Amino acid sequence: MKMSPEEIAQYKGVYVFAQQVDNEVSGIAFELLGKAKELAAPLNTDVTAVLIGYNVGNLVDKLAEYGADKVIVVDDKELEVYRTEPYAHALSSVINEYKPEIVLVGATAIGRDLGPTVSARVQTGLTADCTVLEIGDFPLVAVPGKEQLHNQLLMTRPAFGGNTIATIACPDNRPQMATVRPGVMQKIEPVAGAKAEVINYNPGFTPNNRYVTVKEVVKAVSDVKDIMDAKILVSGGRGVGSPENFKILEELADAIGGQVSCSRAVVDSGWKPKDLQVGQTGKTVRPNVYFAIGISGAIQHVAGMEESDIIVAINKDEDAPIFDVADYGVVGDLNKIVPQLTAAIKAAKAAKASN
Amino acid sequence: MKIIVCIKQVPDTKGGVKFNPDGTLDRGAMLAIMNPDDKAGLEAALRLKDQYGAEVTVLTMGLPKATDVLREAMAMGADKGVLVTDRVLGGADTWATSTTIAGAIRNLEYDLIITGRQAIDGDTAQVGPQIAEHLGIPVISYAQEIAVDGDKVTVKRQYDDRYHMVEAKMPCLITALSELNDPRYMTPGGIFDACEAEITTWGRADLKDVEDGNLGLNGSPTKIAKASDKVRKGAGEKVVPESPEDAVAYIVGKLDEKHVI
Repeated sequence: MKMSPEEIAQYKGVYVFAQQVDNEVSGIAFELLGKAKELAAPLNTDVTAVLIGYNVGNLVDKLAEYGADKVIVVDDKELEVYRTEPYAHALSSVINEYKPEIVLVGATAIGRDLGPTVSARVQTGLTADCTVLEIGDFPLVAVPGKEQLHNQLLMTRPAFGGNTIATIACPDNRPQMATVRPGVMQKIEPVAGAKAEVINYNPGFTPNNRYVTVKEVVKAVSDVKDIMDAKILVSGGRGVGSPENFKILEELADAIGGQVSCSRAVVDSGWKPKDLQVGQTGKTVRPNVYFAIGISGAIQHVAGMEESDIIVAINKDEDAPIFDVADYGVVGDLNKIVPQLTAAIKAAKAAKASN
Repeated sequence: MKIIVCIKQVPDTKGGVKFNPDGTLDRGAMLAIMNPDDKAGLEAALRLKDQYGAEVTVLTMGLPKATDVLREAMAMGADKGVLVTDRVLGGADTWATSTTIAGAIRNLEYDLIITGRQAIDGDTAQVGPQIAEHLGIPVISYAQEIAVDGDKVTVKRQYDDRYHMVEAKMPCLITALSELNDPRYMTPGGIFDACEAEITTWGRADLKDVEDGNLGLNGSPTKIAKASDKVRKGAGEKVVPESPEDAVAYIVGKLDEKHVI
């Protein structure tokens, strides 16, 4: 299934699947556009957002503001609610028609279904859950007797529960496809009034055996802000001891202007809902400050928070692995330290406010 | 009803991880278990068997020692086991793996294929949807509940902030979340029978409608440029304060220094 160099040369441009749900662009789409812009520069090419849905034309300008030079809109009644088949047909038809060299997809519950289906359909490789994307050479270092390819997408991802990291290339097939987890890439400052070239494209949608029926859509009722948007997270682990005792973390979060999150152990114990979970099987967060309180720091947890700017850990176990990643580690009893810390922060803020 | 459950023997990621010189995994050197999402998929199939009656075939691709997870599955209640193993299949990425498994499944009759959402070694969640694509059947990923009615299957499909109740006509492929259920234990009788049971072993020649160029390391579009143990951010400071007051003073001092408060 390898492509010839002539075929590969036909593929140009960096494309982003601009995921939207209920006519609202998902944050990951903006993050991917930010990354796509960086990748497009050394390739001397532009950034195209692929917008798939029903009556979604109103979202085009927003994508332009976040870095899309072009937007390909696939708009059809069949695309109203996400279903694998019509969406895979839409995206793979766009790929076959416009031949992008790179396609980025969010590693969301949609993208991790759409990405593999499309990659199999257009017969190319897909690298999942990338944390670093860059343009470089493959092989990384020239090997005698083997051609070194330039301008390749190098995709770096963790594997084995975060124990290892691998850099992967897709040298002989196009497009080079990657999924990226939300919260990993940075969106650009939106450029107000930016416009993109709009291309409307409809490959035709004829229901077949692969079109499933969505009988019901049930949205989770939650007024909690997404922990991925928080600047400060006060995160608790099993060491907090009980669901009731999370109150002291909530008070600290209120005092410092942050939000409460937690480790997997807390979710597994039923103390907190899954959408507050940080880590490999939860969310990847990168707040300015991350308090790890009573969290031992299993590798799966660390994988979801180690990019935080400042990590403060409080744990009574001196040997807890969380201290290996913490900027400021404090060995001590969280039940004594946290309430006093809350009081001290309140006092410090009050003192500053009166100055 | 005939159900195929695809399972994978994976290294327990709590142990160490080892590589071959070419950057691929040295699976032979690691402790092996049945992948947790796959086990939930197997349990879901066994419950459908309990409820409606079904023949459950477990299929795996891997080294010969992967028969261990097939026997474990049969001890839990699966009826048949198929091992796909061949030297030429080694080093496969998700594309080549899904091509191989689809090639094996083309030899079997099925109404439903269940895979785990993802394996704990690669964490890609790609092989299930890709098998469905190669076979031309619908895929429903991230299943939280599965119910069968006649020739239709209804699945509670999880998304980030919602779920969909999705109905598909069989045959179709479902990927299971480990939250789906608590897998049953093997029974003593089951273990005894599973030790005696015959496992079907297939190699390259048994794969149907598959080209050589789509198999193994050579048929994998993704190539590993570099693999290594993760280099983590180094540890910062660690203090053991004499009192909670000292601890608080230390933290507040650092937060102030960094202009957080």
